[in-house]
Amino acid sequence: MPVVATTLSLRDIFGTIGARTGFTRNNYKITPGLYCAGHPTKNSPVLVTANYKLSFDTLRKELSHTDAWILVIDTRGINVWCAAGKGTFSEEEVAYQVQNAELDKIVSHRELILPQLSANGVAARNLKKLCGFRGRFGPILSSMLPEFLARGKADEKMKSITFTIKERAVLIPLEICGLWKQILAVCVLFFVLSGISPEIFSPQTALIRSVTVLAATFGAILTGTVATPLLLPWIPFRQFWLKGAVLGALTACFFLYQMVPVPLPEKISLFLWITGCSSYLAMNFTGSTPFTSLSGVGKEMRRGLPFQIVSTTLAIIFWIAGPFT
Amino acid sequence: MKGFRYLDDTAILRYSEDKCIGCGNCELVCPHRIFKVENKKAQLLDQNSCMECGACAKNCPADAIYVNPDDGCGCATYIINSWISRFRGKAPSGCGC
Repeated sequence: MPVVATTLSLRDIFGTIGARTGFTRNNYKITPGLYCAGHPTKNSPVLVTANYKLSFDTLRKELSHTDAWILVIDTRGINVWCAAGKGTFSEEEVAYQVQNAELDKIVSHRELILPQLSANGVAARNLKKLCGFRGRFGPILSSMLPEFLARGKADEKMKSITFTIKERAVLIPLEICGLWKQILAVCVLFFVLSGISPEIFSPQTALIRSVTVLAATFGAILTGTVATPLLLPWIPFRQFWLKGAVLGALTACFFLYQMVPVPLPEKISLFLWITGCSSYLAMNFTGSTPFTSLSGVGKEMRRGLPFQIVSTTLAIIFWIAGPFT
Repeated sequence: MKGFRYLDDTAILRYSEDKCIGCGNCELVCPHRIFKVENKKAQLLDQNSCMECGACAKNCPADAIYVNPDDGCGCATYIINSWISRFRGKAPSGCGC
C-alpha cells in the first residue's frame, strides 16, 4: 500500500507551478488506486478524489494529523468538479476503483466520503447497489476535511462555494500562459499591417508602429486576465464582456494619455483594440468561475462576440488608415 | 454566494414541488445553497444563483429537478467551438480544459 507524504516537496511545488501555468497541466496525473495517509486501520475513513495531481496534493497536504485511506479514481487527470461535469467522476468509476482495490477486505465499514463537488457526476444513492459502499458527501474544500471528520457532518460554510481574491489570483497564470499562440499571431499580423504606408511597405515604420501595438496589447492582456479577475466583484455590470470592456476602455484612456501623441485614426484604433481585446479575455474568464451558468455564458457571448469582432475590425481599418492621413 | 451575481432569468432549472419527496439531497449537494427543505418539501430559494452544475438533478431520486443538461465546461472557447462545429455539422472538439 503506497503511503503518501502529507507535506509537499520542492518537486511537488514545481509541479504545481507547471500545472498552474499550463505547461504540464494536461498530463499531471497520478496512478489511480488506494493510498494511505498516516496509519489508517480498518475503521478509518475512505476519502475519494480525482487523479489530477493538483487535486491529490491539495487533499493529502490537509491530512497531516489524520489517518485515512485515499481512493484515487481515474478522471484522466482532470480535477474533481470538471471531471464530474464531464462524466468521468461518476458512480460507475468510483465503484470500479472500490472493487479493483478490494476495499471490502481492507476496511470494516461501508462508507465512502466523496468531495461535495463530485455530486454533479455521482448519484450517491446508486453507489450501494454498485459496490456495496454508501457514498457520503463531505465538504467542498479538503482543508475543511479534518473538521468534517471530527464533527461527522458538514455545516453551511463547508457546503458553500467561495471565490475569494486568492482563489481568483491562482487562476491568472493559466489565463496568461494560454495566450502565447494568439500573441505570436498578433505580432506577425500587426507587423505586416503597420508597415503598409504610402511607400507600399516600410520595414522601419512597421517596427516602430508594431512596438506601439504590442505595448497596447500587453495593456489589454493585463486588463483582461489580471485586473478583471482580481477586481471582479467591484467592476460594474454582470456580463463579463462588459466588465472587460469597461476596464479596457479605462486602460486605453490611460495608455493614450501616457503615450507620445499619435494621429487621431491611430488613437481610435488603439482605443478599440485595447477595449475589444480586454472584453474578449474577460469573457473567457467565465469558464474559470464557480458561479457562471452555461446558459448565461452563451447569452452574453451572443452580445459580446459581435462587439469584439466589430471593434477589432474597426481597429485594424483605422490602423491601416493611419499613415495615409 | 456573497458578492457575486450572474445573469437573472437565464439559468435553466426547473423544479416540480409535486414530485418532491423531501429527501434533502438537493439541499445537501448545492454549492450555492439554493434549496432548503421545509415541511418535507424542498423550497427553491434563489433560482438566479443557479450555475447549472446539475448536482441536484443528478442526486434527486424523485426526478423532480431538471437542469440544463449541456455538459460543456462553460468556457467561451468551448462555446465558440460548439458553434463552429454546429455550423460545419461536426461533433464539438472540446476546449482543452
